[in-house]
Amino acid sequence: MGQKYTSAIHEVGSVTERPFIEIRNLSKSYRRDSFEIPVLRNISFVVAEGDFVAFMGPSGSGKTTLLNLIAGLDKPTEGRILIAGTDITELNETELAVWRSRIVGFIFQFYNLIPVLTAVENVELPLMLTPLAKKERRAHAETALRIVGLGDRTQHYPRQLSGGQEQRVAIARAIATDPAILVADEPTGDLDKASAEEVLELMDRLNRELRKTILMVTHDPRAAEKARSVRNLEKGELI
Amino acid sequence: MELLRLLLRNALRHKLRSVLTVLGVSIAVMAFALLRTVVTAWHAGVDASAANRLITRHAISFVFPLPLAYKNRIEQVPGVERVTYAVWFSGVYIDKNQFFARLAVDSETFFDLYPEFVIDKEQFEAFRRERNACVIGIDLVRRYNLKIGDIMNVEGDAFPGQWEFVVRAIYRPRDQTVDPANMLFHYNYVQERVRQEMPQRSGLVGWYIERISKSANPADVSEAVDGLFENSHAETKTETERAFQQNFLSSASAVITAMNVMSFVIIGIILLVVGNTMIMSARERTHEYAVLKALGFSWPQLFFLIAGESFILSLAGSALGLLVTFPAVQGFRSALPKGWFPIFYIKPETIVFGCAAGLFVGLAASIIPMRRILNTRIVEGLRHVG
Repeated sequence: MGQKYTSAIHEVGSVTERPFIEIRNLSKSYRRDSFEIPVLRNISFVVAEGDFVAFMGPSGSGKTTLLNLIAGLDKPTEGRILIAGTDITELNETELAVWRSRIVGFIFQFYNLIPVLTAVENVELPLMLTPLAKKERRAHAETALRIVGLGDRTQHYPRQLSGGQEQRVAIARAIATDPAILVADEPTGDLDKASAEEVLELMDRLNRELRKTILMVTHDPRAAEKARSVRNLEKGELI
Repeated sequence: MELLRLLLRNALRHKLRSVLTVLGVSIAVMAFALLRTVVTAWHAGVDASAANRLITRHAISFVFPLPLAYKNRIEQVPGVERVTYAVWFSGVYIDKNQFFARLAVDSETFFDLYPEFVIDKEQFEAFRRERNACVIGIDLVRRYNLKIGDIMNVEGDAFPGQWEFVVRAIYRPRDQTVDPANMLFHYNYVQERVRQEMPQRSGLVGWYIERISKSANPADVSEAVDGLFENSHAETKTETERAFQQNFLSSASAVITAMNVMSFVIIGIILLVVGNTMIMSARERTHEYAVLKALGFSWPQLFFLIAGESFILSLAGSALGLLVTFPAVQGFRSALPKGWFPIFYIKPETIVFGCAAGLFVGLAASIIPMRRILNTRIVEGLRHVG
């Protein structure tokens, strides 16, 4: 992965016209006691490979639910989600777990690092699901940390890092397995302005230089500006 | 980074809680092992019983004697190879708190039936030659600092008067199940005085011991022996040595049962201690496990993390508990009156049982947290605030 990154980092990214993510008539509702609460209603759209899409909308509009469905963390009530030709709605839990580990990298609002593991160990976590040997895993994790500018913080624990640095470790973890898609749920929501800018800059580079398809949920218009396209949701519908 | 490393770090994440859990488990395991050891000590006589020995006693009660004349007749029963007899002498040595068996035995036959009392040949010959000689177990030698040639004065109660015995032989138990604290002396020496001072009690023995041939059926031989004395003034009851010892225990069966139950209640307590810790840990880490699931970790890997942590805590506690059990057993033994439990040692089975309990608890304590983690949807886990 190290070589791939170093060579790819100089490439200039582009968006292909071919639909990479295809959402068809997607609906999701939750059941609370005897009530059916619709969260997403009949959503359809496509995302091209290498695109950077920001989902915006008020709280409760269904942004995070949509992101979770596309990332295979949750199952829709109706509709289909085709990603690189695979209908993930037809996968069972085990298949979905394997699919996620290969295709999706996660960036969460609160970083979600394991506090008892160092930065490099946190980045190594998803690599444990690959057939890589121990040394190779470590090399990949260190490369990922260098890409996010934390090559000198490999042995630091999350508590020894700033919020911005923690989020960059989380980004390194997300790209460690070289996934095709990065999903980011409010990646700057817990950061100060400067750190948020750094993280957005990094995501922009990952999109342009490594051609990662990025789906980002955000409330922040400045974050959305970094995306190539913005989709707005309201009351579970795309507007 | 290996998964094992994460497991170990998780186990030590809340050091105080982990230490308290390990200590709780170790105390419970120690109590379990101590109770099992007491139960073992109680059953020591049963465990030491030979399969080829029968005991014949008075049909009404063990306290009633049998005529010495029965010996020749019992010897004639098919299947009986050799017969010996013994008398419970009782008496007081030093003071009433000194517990050990004092038996008058037929020195010509008794040791032939009890090869588990290992005696030096020369010492045994010296014992046989001297009428008031006695054989004592190695435990009495240590306990009272005795040596060959020493005099043991016993104040008789069942056989009143002052009795003087010379230590002429010391036996070593063949294995740990054999009582190392018996005092054995000549039946004939006791009878000499009984004939003079209590003639009505002469020619009586406490019980007979028969060694039967390998091919003999103990039930058939017992029936044949008892048949000989049916309708006599001293009817007999013959049974295997094991059954005889178990009858002795029957008076204390309620206590033993209570201790047995308690020892398993303790396993339940350990389960609650470790289970509680694991449930708390898993609840606190619901968010982290959801992240691992999101990254693609499978249920066997999560099981390894949760059950592994539970195993580590319960096995560390069990190991520490079993380690502490050795001095605890010694302390318990020294706190008891001398000779209360002549056979008091930790059986290998107790150690194995303690380890097995640790493994069982480790696995069982992880079931509830494991179920919770697996049943929690990833999106719910990610929202969880621990």
